[in-house]
Amino acid sequence: MGWLKRLLLAAAGSLFVIGTAAADTTVKWLHIADNPAEVKIWQEVARAYEAAHPGVKIEMQFLENEAYKAKLPTILQSKDRPHIIYSWSGGVLKAQVEAGVLEDITDQVKGYSDTIAPAALAAFTQNGRVYGLPYQVSQVGFLYNTDLMAKANVDPAKIKTWDDLLAAVKALKAAGVTPLVVGGADKWPLHFYWTHLAVRAGGKAAFEAALRGENGGFEGETFQKAGELFKQLVDLQPFQNGFLGFKNQQAVGYFGDGKAAMTLAISVVYNQQRVQAADKVGLAPDKIGWFDFPAVPGGKGEPTDTLGGIIGWLVTKGAPPEATDFLKFFISKDAQTKLAAAGLLIPVVKGAEAGLSNPFMKHIADNLAKSKYHQNFYDQSLGPSVGRVVNDVTAEIAGGSMTPTQAAAAIQQAWKQGN
Amino acid sequence: MRGRVASAPSIGSMSTSAGATPERGSIRDGKLALAVIFLPPALLLFTLFVVLPIGEAAWYSGFNWNGFGRPTHWVGFDNYRLVLETRAFWLALRNNGLIVLVSLSIQLPLALALALMLADRFRGAVALRMLFFLPYVLAEIATGLIFSFVYDGDYGLVASIWHWFGAEAPHLLASTQTAMLAVLIVIVWKYFGFHMMLFIAALQGMDKNLVEAARIDGATRPQVLRYVVIPLLYPTIRLSVFFAVVGSLQLFDLVMPLTRGGPADSSNTMVSFLYNNGISRMRVGYGSAIGVILFMICVTFAVTYKRWFMRDE
Repeated sequence: MGWLKRLLLAAAGSLFVIGTAAADTTVKWLHIADNPAEVKIWQEVARAYEAAHPGVKIEMQFLENEAYKAKLPTILQSKDRPHIIYSWSGGVLKAQVEAGVLEDITDQVKGYSDTIAPAALAAFTQNGRVYGLPYQVSQVGFLYNTDLMAKANVDPAKIKTWDDLLAAVKALKAAGVTPLVVGGADKWPLHFYWTHLAVRAGGKAAFEAALRGENGGFEGETFQKAGELFKQLVDLQPFQNGFLGFKNQQAVGYFGDGKAAMTLAISVVYNQQRVQAADKVGLAPDKIGWFDFPAVPGGKGEPTDTLGGIIGWLVTKGAPPEATDFLKFFISKDAQTKLAAAGLLIPVVKGAEAGLSNPFMKHIADNLAKSKYHQNFYDQSLGPSVGRVVNDVTAEIAGGSMTPTQAAAAIQQAWKQGN
Repeated sequence: MRGRVASAPSIGSMSTSAGATPERGSIRDGKLALAVIFLPPALLLFTLFVVLPIGEAAWYSGFNWNGFGRPTHWVGFDNYRLVLETRAFWLALRNNGLIVLVSLSIQLPLALALALMLADRFRGAVALRMLFFLPYVLAEIATGLIFSFVYDGDYGLVASIWHWFGAEAPHLLASTQTAMLAVLIVIVWKYFGFHMMLFIAALQGMDKNLVEAARIDGATRPQVLRYVVIPLLYPTIRLSVFFAVVGSLQLFDLVMPLTRGGPADSSNTMVSFLYNNGISRMRVGYGSAIGVILFMICVTFAVTYKRWFMRDE
């Protein structure tokens, strides 16, 4: 009977503990990060906050990326919604603000918000009100394998225009090297090509005109051209065999295994390729390089314009003030410097970039600092209903089942239906 | 049970006549009480989790709605029109048709043949039965993941076979031509064991005397099979076909880890099409319209099938 007594005692004890904790504030924080190194630092920050603020408990909840996107509308409208949620800003954020499920934290972050890069903060601002805080930014560009580029005598530093890239692809193919690797089954890695071509071809003006429905909207000249230039690349068959069946993680691993010369990817792939490589070592830092997306003939975009993500955290309606307070603590110079030093992100807090020790990350941070037009991923900024169509049609151009004209028309049609 | 069923007509006739004997009346009351006690929980659950969601889906399908707040933008039958105009919808419908076709023309004959071989008791029969049944026990997601490795054109089993012949292996899941074929193979592999078990159960429950009698009358083995065994299996075959068709209409979790419906929607089923175009895109109205159409197809099939083929059961 001894063990039973002990069990009962333990149960009573745990009830007591739960009882006291519930009496205070619990901040529920829902995230989708699957990198253990990153989550570990977050936990440390959360524990530090708890230590400094007795009575507040930070509770972390996890959902996988796709599951998170699918469940979020329901979660947000339940009474038990988390207080802090992950966000890619853009069209989804807009819909959430319109539905009134987010908390206006403008007054709470007054003063503090000056410490954050204005462009990143703007992504979480709607009609002058702040609903969340940015956490990190990233850039899309070409990562390359120095050995394989050398094998085909391609100088990556000289790839400045789209034609240079096409020539490099031809040279690599002639040398028996797979020029590009892409996770085509996930579709969004392919949408980087089309989107970045549109950014280069039309610049900020073209995108904003399309949003207003001017110049033929997404069926206009810029977007037709993006499709046609992408088609030029596709016609060279630059991707690995079976690229439409590769998921992004597999493709990143393929690059890490040194089986393809280049990949158009988010800057964080620099770290990811190590985790996804078959030997868990991947390419050494001196075997991996970066060049910005090349310019296109007659393009109206600036060469410094960037495509990438702006990721952050939103505070939901009815969350305790501690939620915002914790976010300010979490996205502070100290914590961001620590994460930057670990090479995990490009910070949004001014001054935290000093923590960037890795020259690669420093370079990306410089690029982003110079950029006057940072385009958020189309599949986020246009919202899921249109964004997923962009992903679909770029995969169809790549697979040869759609022409650039049809693709642009499909996006415009989705845009009309959604707005 | 039989007694109660037999008495049912008399109860029906009685309710019209005024003078009921106390004994019979108590039976009727007893039934009513039983219904009052046992019906509500089931009815409540059915209403809450089946009838209401269907009604809700039908209601939502009239709106252009992203799932936030209340639906306000009424569009009538526009969502249905859009679904019917989508090429991927017809592809998904075609794929569901293909799955039914393959289930009927390959899976069922295969299951039946194996069942006929394994229904008798002999050494190893049980082990073989279990072996064939194992794929059915495996979770769909796990099966999908395993086969996505098997089909991998660089490292997979299929690739090694190709390489052994000295050929460049195809990426089966990456081509619009072969992706659906690859999915179909997995479906047959996964579900034939289930249908085999249905047949084995039916064969073992069969009256052996009939087969024996036919043998004594001089029927050959094929004749026994053709004129005695298979006719006796008809009820099970009809059931098996029913499961195959309904299963194909619901197929989702096997497709997602294999192809996610791609490339270019070539391997979508109705449900994965619903997920990809309704849920992932946060187009609740559009997705609901797909759901309603799928529901109509299922109901129409179930009702007509029961009417025409399963009347006597």
